[in-house]
Amino acid sequence: METYTAMRQFADSWALLAMTLFFLGVVAFMFRPGAKKAADDAAAIPLKED
Amino acid sequence: MKYTFEMILLGVGAFLALIGAGFAQDRHFEAHMWVLFFVLLAGTIMLMRRIEFSPASAGRASPPPPQSEYFDEVVKYGVIATVFWGVVGFLVGVVVALQLAFPDLNIEPWFNFGRMRPLHTSAVIFAFGGNALIATSFYIVQRTSRARLFGGNLGWFVFWGYQLFIVMAATGYLLGITQSKEYAEPEWYVDLWLTIVWVAYLAVFLGTLLTRKEPHIYVANWFYLAFIVTIAMLHIVNNLAVPVSFLGSKSYSAFAGVQDALTQWWYGHNAVGFFLTAGFLGMMYYFIPKQANRPVYSYRLSIIHFWSLIFMYIWAGPHHLHYTALPDWAQTLGMVFSVMLWMPSWGGMINGLMTLSGAWDKIRTDPIIRMMVMAVAFYGMATFEGPMMSIKTVNSLSHYTDWTIGHVHSGALGWNGLITFGAIYYLVPKLWNRERLYSVRMVNWHFWLATLGIVVYAAVMWVAGIQQGLMWREYDDQGFLVYSFAESVAAMVPYYVLRALGGALFLAGALLMAFNVTMTILGRVRDEAPIFGATPALKAAE
Repeated sequence: METYTAMRQFADSWALLAMTLFFLGVVAFMFRPGAKKAADDAAAIPLKED
Repeated sequence: MKYTFEMILLGVGAFLALIGAGFAQDRHFEAHMWVLFFVLLAGTIMLMRRIEFSPASAGRASPPPPQSEYFDEVVKYGVIATVFWGVVGFLVGVVVALQLAFPDLNIEPWFNFGRMRPLHTSAVIFAFGGNALIATSFYIVQRTSRARLFGGNLGWFVFWGYQLFIVMAATGYLLGITQSKEYAEPEWYVDLWLTIVWVAYLAVFLGTLLTRKEPHIYVANWFYLAFIVTIAMLHIVNNLAVPVSFLGSKSYSAFAGVQDALTQWWYGHNAVGFFLTAGFLGMMYYFIPKQANRPVYSYRLSIIHFWSLIFMYIWAGPHHLHYTALPDWAQTLGMVFSVMLWMPSWGGMINGLMTLSGAWDKIRTDPIIRMMVMAVAFYGMATFEGPMMSIKTVNSLSHYTDWTIGHVHSGALGWNGLITFGAIYYLVPKLWNRERLYSVRMVNWHFWLATLGIVVYAAVMWVAGIQQGLMWREYDDQGFLVYSFAESVAAMVPYYVLRALGGALFLAGALLMAFNVTMTILGRVRDEAPIFGATPALKAAE
């Protein structure tokens, strides 16, 4: 198989699946139990003294 | 401070530039190397004047000045450079607008429209926007990491190296040196220099993050890091080229035909996505919470905003090549991703605006907040208009017309300009330890001049663009085009004059800012009535 076709097939199968799963994982991670508390702490970072 | 090593490096650089001028293969390269020689020579002399020739023992008697926890000196330089390049870039913009309205203003060969236009785009995007991004990223990464900027004098190298890139790019355009790629006009040797500076920038930023004392990396830094890394990737790939001679200004791209075009617009659109969006969102996520003194509306939304923006923007480039030789599936892919981008963009806009929930009165009482809110509003409008224009049927009307120019300016002047002005007004009193700005009322004037200027500009360009598009596609019942191209150009004159007026209003606002910032740095305070509704008593209570 020529290189372009091989890379193209990899890109629109496994690579696409991996990126989709990573993205869904990020979203799920943001809504895990306890994420609200961690997020509120992080949001306060700039408001601590300079 | 001693800069002996830096001075020697600059001197060697100046000598190499002189050799480059002497052995140049073409006239353009020779002229450009003369420019480089004089710039580096001036730098060498300035550093030489800073060297202390007193004996080492005498030097030890006076201890070095105490270093504050943060490295803010380079941020101060960056803020001044941002204001300076902003005024220059807007001024050139008004000039090119007038050149379109009155062609007699084209002065051959150096100051014609073809050479002045890239000067304008690069001055506002890379000189004004780039300096704003570098300065604010250095400021924010130190505060939110609670660590001093990494790399010591490397921060200075990033600042001055970037200014050298700007000067070389700008003089190159006027001399007629270009590889004719939008937003990537500088030739190979200037590109190589920017690559070196950018790697140093990444090292400074990443090093600061790695040495942070705050366990979490605040979301603004994620956006800045994405901006730095992606710009490095885009810049290197799009500028892959083979120079004709190592002492010549001409190079040939590594790509040909439609591949070259796609690489260029993959670069071009992600320059918008990562330089003008991701980087400036970093500003939004720090300065709006700071100025409003409230945490961001939803931190979790900001993380999802980040990842969806990163995952989608990179695919949107092909919408610049609708109805070209680019394969149809690639055009559709670009269109679909552009439309999907609407969601993360508006998620971010809502997050920025809702940060003010419970403090909406600040829009009335604080002109800086008003500026930032207007910036986010323009972000929302531009990111609605963009996906709409990327739809192929809409694009068939809007492409190649002034509608595109109007869209770009509502994003660039409205979003990038206003958020940067807000950040500058926030930063200047902090950096120079002033109680407040020289004049808050002038900020209000700046706000209205800028907003009115953008509205005039964008509205005029909508009318002009749609009229152009309709004139170009108007057929009579015999199947002939009704208008010649020259007729559609002649029809644009009133719009072009009005556009220059809108730009002049925006420039006037920037001049007010330059005056206000200068006076604040000098330590003056204007005696003026407070903004209606803003209670000065509130300040004393703090």
